[in-house]
Amino acid sequence: MQFAKFVVTRIIAYVLVIWIGITVVFFVPRFMPSDPVESMLGRIMTRGAYMEAEQVEAMRATLTQAFGLEGSLAEQYFGFFQRTFVTREFGPSLSMFPTPVNELIGRALPWTLALLLSSTIIAWIVGNAIGLLAGYKSRWVSSRTLEIIAIFVYPIPYYITALILIILFIHINPIFPLFFSVRGEPFSPEFLSSAIYNSILPALSIVIVGFGWWVLSMKALSSSISEEDFVYFAKLKGAGEGRIMTAYVLRNAILPQVTVLALQIGAIFNGALITEILFGYPGLGTMTYNAVLQADYNLLMGTITISIIAVATSTLIIDLLYPFFDPRIRQR
Amino acid sequence: MQRSNPRLTVGIVVLAAFIILGGILPFFSPEDPRSWIKHPRNEPPSAEHLLGTTNLGQDTFWLLSYATQNSLFIGVFVAFFATLIGVFAGLAAGFLGGIPDRVITLLADVFIVVPSLPILILMSSLLQGRASLILISVILIIFNWPWPARQMRSIALSMRERQFVNTARFSGSGTLHILAEEIVPHIFSWAMANFVNTVLVAIATESGLAVIGLSSLEEATLGTMIYWALQHQALLGQRWWWIGSPVVAIILLFIGLFLISTGISSLSAERRGHGDA
Repeated sequence: MQFAKFVVTRIIAYVLVIWIGITVVFFVPRFMPSDPVESMLGRIMTRGAYMEAEQVEAMRATLTQAFGLEGSLAEQYFGFFQRTFVTREFGPSLSMFPTPVNELIGRALPWTLALLLSSTIIAWIVGNAIGLLAGYKSRWVSSRTLEIIAIFVYPIPYYITALILIILFIHINPIFPLFFSVRGEPFSPEFLSSAIYNSILPALSIVIVGFGWWVLSMKALSSSISEEDFVYFAKLKGAGEGRIMTAYVLRNAILPQVTVLALQIGAIFNGALITEILFGYPGLGTMTYNAVLQADYNLLMGTITISIIAVATSTLIIDLLYPFFDPRIRQR
Repeated sequence: MQRSNPRLTVGIVVLAAFIILGGILPFFSPEDPRSWIKHPRNEPPSAEHLLGTTNLGQDTFWLLSYATQNSLFIGVFVAFFATLIGVFAGLAAGFLGGIPDRVITLLADVFIVVPSLPILILMSSLLQGRASLILISVILIIFNWPWPARQMRSIALSMRERQFVNTARFSGSGTLHILAEEIVPHIFSWAMANFVNTVLVAIATESGLAVIGLSSLEEATLGTMIYWALQHQALLGQRWWWIGSPVVAIILLFIGLFLISTGISSLSAERRGHGDA
């Protein structure tokens, strides 16, 4: 029963997150002092395209329709949700006309997912493993050194780590290419190896920052749990070091780490967006950025809406995985 | 007696250096550091130009001090209001319970999960680099109050049942009095740690937006300095002083802020350990 209640609460929260997120996205352009249609028209004109007055009018009407700015606010609001969830149609991209926005997002999303999933999982597992060891063996010199390193690495934002890696490994020691370039047919060995080679630095910059946080928080958790009575009892009972560390300390320390991971997905995603842009990684971040530069409003709305849904969904998945770590919710 | 807290000390020294750099030095700047072609371009560091000059003929040192001022302002402005709103929302949720609690908790959870950067990008792109620093700060406040609110709520929940609160209540103190006399001092150090942490987060988010050219381009912050350096190919031109100065400044500032925030937390944990037990 408790499990069912847990799942239902999480799903209600999920729906609400998406609803509020999309509502914010809906209202932001409408409450900005600048009119998106006019600003977009302005940009098209400054790019040197000469247009007759009627053409400008026609363009204005097309843009108003394309942005879903026709009718009353309520109509627009429902139309927006209908476009997002029922027809799942963001219209054609304006900069890569007439490719539909959906197709462009479909191309970029797997890249972002691959980058984020692999780097977040690596950072989480390695960071927690090292944090566990450092917390359990908190008197070791290496544990303390490691904590100091983590303290200096953790507060540095993703894009700074990315810039430092770019300076060190692309400009000073050109080990990695200046531009992101993938060769070969999709999923051929050549494609995979070049994709991984090109992704090492972006992934590394996300791993380094996440790593610092997981080491610090896990060390704090496991060192306090190591001093609990039940761990002392296990030692007296003669349980092996490895067993105490995994079955006694880790089992308890890992729960908050799962919750925090779910709460941090949004922040990690924010960081990954800028990391992608700096490296020119072909994911949602770079696509959002190009949409901004090319005033591609449809594409921009599409990528931002998908970002919010993707972050909310990954948070939900982690939340639903929680019972596998916490038997108290699973069994009752 | 208090033990010395090396983390806090180092953090305060670093932050003090930045407060001098960003809070005092800009008033002594010989010119408006943003204006172009005041000096020879791309000079290496010298006695005249401590950190060299940029490709636009600006003095890197004075530009850095001016940028630090703006970044610090954003950080403090956002952190002040986000912590204030968060603390009151969290206390209200924890002490009132019932429907206010549910609404506040839900809102906080939603704003924690919704990624803020895409929404900031959408907003900035519509404003085309004319987003004022105040507007960006307001959006950052909206996304940063939930963390203190969540924490405050759980503190308030546990506090409601604490001994010293009950003692005060039974000795006839009113709710407001209990809040002011018993609870506020208890949460003050925690709110300070959160404040410092939010300064860090706010500066980090604004700079992140600025690095990709989506903050206010008319103003100089640590992030826009990096943006202009990238735009003018400081990397390909190997002009490390120009791009390096804001990068190193951000790293030092953030390590300093982080040390202060964890330093305050451990200091108050120690005090509580001595006091309550």
